[in-house]
Amino acid sequence: MSTLLRLATAGSVDDGKSTLVGRLLFDSKSVLADQLESVERVSRDRGLEGADLALLTDGLRAEREQGITIDVAYRYFATANRTFILADCPGHVQYTRNTVTGASTADAVVLLIDARKGLLEQTRRHLAVASLLRVPHVVVAVNKIDLVDYSQARFEELERDITAAASALGIASITALPVSALEGVNVVDRSPHTSWYAGPTLLELLETLPSGADVQDGSFRFPVQYVIRPQLAGGEEFRDYRGYAGRVASGVVRINDEVTVLPSGKTTRVAGIDLLGKPVSAAFAGQSATIRLADEIDVTRGDSLVSRSDAPAPTADVQGTLAWLAEQPLRSGARVLLKHTTTTVQAIVREVSGKLNLDTAAVEPGESLELNDIGTVTLRLASPIAAEEYARNRATGSFLLIDPASGYTLAAGMVGNALTGTINPETRPLSYAI
Amino acid sequence: MSTPTVTHTKDTDTVSDVLFAQGEDQLEANELVENQGFELSLLDALEAEAVHIIREVVAEFERPALLFSGGKDSVVMLHLAAKAFWPAPVPIPLLHVDTGHNFPEVLEFRDDTVARLGVRLEVARVQDYIDDGRLQERADGTRNPLQTQPLLDAISQHRFDALFGGGRRDEEKARAKERVISLRDEFGQWDPRNQRPELWDLYNGRHRPGEHVRAFPLSNWTELDVWRYIERENIDLPPLYYAHYRDVVERDGMLLAVGEFITPRESETVESRLVRYRTVGDMSCTGAVESDAKDVADVITEIAATRITERGATRADDRLSEAAMEDRKKEGYF
Repeated sequence: MSTLLRLATAGSVDDGKSTLVGRLLFDSKSVLADQLESVERVSRDRGLEGADLALLTDGLRAEREQGITIDVAYRYFATANRTFILADCPGHVQYTRNTVTGASTADAVVLLIDARKGLLEQTRRHLAVASLLRVPHVVVAVNKIDLVDYSQARFEELERDITAAASALGIASITALPVSALEGVNVVDRSPHTSWYAGPTLLELLETLPSGADVQDGSFRFPVQYVIRPQLAGGEEFRDYRGYAGRVASGVVRINDEVTVLPSGKTTRVAGIDLLGKPVSAAFAGQSATIRLADEIDVTRGDSLVSRSDAPAPTADVQGTLAWLAEQPLRSGARVLLKHTTTTVQAIVREVSGKLNLDTAAVEPGESLELNDIGTVTLRLASPIAAEEYARNRATGSFLLIDPASGYTLAAGMVGNALTGTINPETRPLSYAI
Repeated sequence: MSTPTVTHTKDTDTVSDVLFAQGEDQLEANELVENQGFELSLLDALEAEAVHIIREVVAEFERPALLFSGGKDSVVMLHLAAKAFWPAPVPIPLLHVDTGHNFPEVLEFRDDTVARLGVRLEVARVQDYIDDGRLQERADGTRNPLQTQPLLDAISQHRFDALFGGGRRDEEKARAKERVISLRDEFGQWDPRNQRPELWDLYNGRHRPGEHVRAFPLSNWTELDVWRYIERENIDLPPLYYAHYRDVVERDGMLLAVGEFITPRESETVESRLVRYRTVGDMSCTGAVESDAKDVADVITEIAATRITERGATRADDRLSEAAMEDRKKEGYF
């Protein structure tokens, strides 16, 4: 069975990220003749000998003209067992915004470092973002290994540095491997130059990483998107049909399970589950399904169905961690909209309580957040939401802040004080605001 | 919650009849399927994501519509919409921007599909604009660039605030940077430098009066995914997607169908060749490819082995410049 893995790339300028992505696409035979022709033509025009694989990831005209990358681009490549969606995040412009965006949906982050330069401040920032966003796997490609004479000692030195930096940030799973994107070493194919390296190539590693979390571990959470009531339009058989459509955010639900409707707190039982037209015995995380309930109770878009045994308590007071994505700064007292699962509520930012220094991974006092800052805030909502700590549940712990006037997305939010929680696990507070 | 306007005719089948009419593994009523693998296959994951997007947009917008040309991507999108709201009918209308240069079998397919599903179809016709002088025929004869104005007029006339499109990010460089929910100003323009960040699966569709969004549920699908899904779901397509004999001329490396819209030039020879179409668009600029792929399985084998992108092979308008698609998106097309 072919499965899907979502990746995000991160790296500093000149780490060779575009070349690595180009190499992955090229060596996995995802580049077609007309694309390659165009790259070869442009390479020749620029006086290069071979095809510059970095050009494969060049997007918009403005980018080609200015030689920069403006925005996250999505690439697709596949092997026999797995298809990859790669969010290619530019390293310099709008750095935090792009990396946070890419990491928010990623199963794995591929972080590049230059074997000659080692860990830079930027590398620590990337690791901090991956940790903050709780990306399940971090893969560090030690690139340009050819430029340090394929030195095993240098690789092992960097591997130690990386592992130390990652564990300081609370990242559990990290893998480093020596590559040369330019020479095609250990990206898809092995190389005799690194015969000392016994681990998998980058593509082999990506092919075998577990995708997503183990769904059976999570608590059942189901934000309701839409109420399906065909009445007479679905035929006589479905005259009285009433189903709650949504996507299972986490866990598993089975027929006869007891569920609580949030925020009302009413309880009922699952009478039936339809998987896009087929009645099924269960639905699990990631599936879009429609749930029928045993009792006629009031459920609308924005409500959630959750397992009765561990239903979260809805709250109107949320302590959160924000990645601030807007030009205008955030100050205490700001009135915004908060979008959480399928509900949008009004919110007031009561306090900006701290700011993360990405270079030292320390939280410092702060009263405002500027573009690309990460900080902690306290929010008061107009009505309660079924929020959970992001560290426990990525789907029910994430939210957006939206400017009510312009509609712009102001911030990526995570419920809980993710900073003290993930950056310094030992100082994780015993109780959270929610 | 939206207040959809849907026309139902009494003789149409129910969504269930239409969706599951030809499925090999058609289910007996109330037969329960065990669902215990707890791992999503690639197609299941893409389907679940697309359905989630479709439901979000239909729930959050006042007047969404689905762009439907009869081409394979729009057919797949409509199929997903039918599954998303099962057993209720698709709760939104379809919009077709008709260049007037249609393949007749595609128009026939479009009308059959609309009748079968009992949905409302709105048509914006480029020909009307040419007839009354609002648009002029281009020297090269292609009408694809002329679609923008009728599309934008239809959006404002029907006050559509969200339009589903079948665009995929693997199609073209400019599309690789497109959001799933993409904001357009009152001129329909796309501003690549000012896109909203798209985080987790939280889509921000807020817009001001006059603005609208384009929603792309198939963003993460590739051409091969679309075909594998068509195979799995037994989805009907217009017959020209499969190999057939057609009179064509070779022009700029493409095979164009001879007929009302393409007249052979003096140097060109008309030949009957076994061809199929990989994309379906304006007949005057959509090329056929030589192929003996007579059914879905053959097409999948062919695409898996192909070395040319879909648009590179078949779209004259995208060959105009390196940034042709980018320019058209900025102008308010897709």
